[in-house]
Amino acid sequence: MRILGYLFIGIFFGIVMFKSEAASWFRIYEMFRFESFHMYGIIGSALIIGVIGIQIIKRNKLKDFQGETIHIADKNKSFSRYMYGGIIFGLGWALAGACPGPIYTLIGAGYVSVIVVFLAAVFGTFVYGLLKDKLPH
Amino acid sequence: MENILQPWPWYVAGPLIAVVMFLLIFMGRQFGMSSNLRTICTMCGADKTSGFFDFDWKAQRWNLVVILGAVLGGFIAMNFLTADPAVAINPETVSHLNELGFESAGKAYLPDELYSLEALTDFKALSILIIGGILIGFGARWAGGCTSGHAISGLSNLQLPSLIAVIGFFVGGLLMIHLLFPLIF
Repeated sequence: MRILGYLFIGIFFGIVMFKSEAASWFRIYEMFRFESFHMYGIIGSALIIGVIGIQIIKRNKLKDFQGETIHIADKNKSFSRYMYGGIIFGLGWALAGACPGPIYTLIGAGYVSVIVVFLAAVFGTFVYGLLKDKLPH
Repeated sequence: MENILQPWPWYVAGPLIAVVMFLLIFMGRQFGMSSNLRTICTMCGADKTSGFFDFDWKAQRWNLVVILGAVLGGFIAMNFLTADPAVAINPETVSHLNELGFESAGKAYLPDELYSLEALTDFKALSILIIGGILIGFGARWAGGCTSGHAISGLSNLQLPSLIAVIGFFVGGLLMIHLLFPLIF
């Protein structure tokens, strides 16, 4: 049953990504040119609700569907990995115009070429795994 | 129904993305898409090459089901919930893209110049897809997350590391669009 839950969450996410045009290369390009509020509105409104909701969860020690108290782990403190890794990701995000969620949505929508981006992203992840210990974190 | 077939405005889409994040939190999980790429590496046997891939990938099966759903969601949205996939971006953006050689700007969901089947036989277009994908995979794992893990989940939890990562995303994106695009296209 739980697996169906994840499947429906994924379907819902895929529909939202496609219908909001957050999966469109053109919207990403437009965002980085500051010529539309659309993408900022999406991220901003998700964040306002996200910040409020997570504060409510934490302050009231809410439980998840299995009855476990929800614990959201803090990210490890550091600078290099987030800044350098972030810049590399941003270069790819703007060039291919897709981030790791919409990649799947676009493949489902029938854009066969996006499979190339997906396979290259798997390869990029693999290369990171090989070089990890040599990179600043 | 007519409204559903049109592009969804930001004030609908943003809150719905927050709903996705909260559903996963209440399932006892976290919203983060790029970690699936690492899981896929391990499934393909990468755990023999680096300790980074030596983990119990089966514990991540739930997230693979989420991305399978995202594929189905894309299919459903494109085929049953969309009247016209063309993205109505700012006319100024369209004219900039026309100058760079993107004739499909304003007329398609993805640029034909990069993502049509014919473009797969174009060396430059194919290189762009491959280099873009490698940067996405490499950068997301180095930064420990992508747009979903940092810009949505991390910032919602007021994480300073996620703010640094998101600033990095924008530094990289702005460099690409404003400095490198005029050289590439």
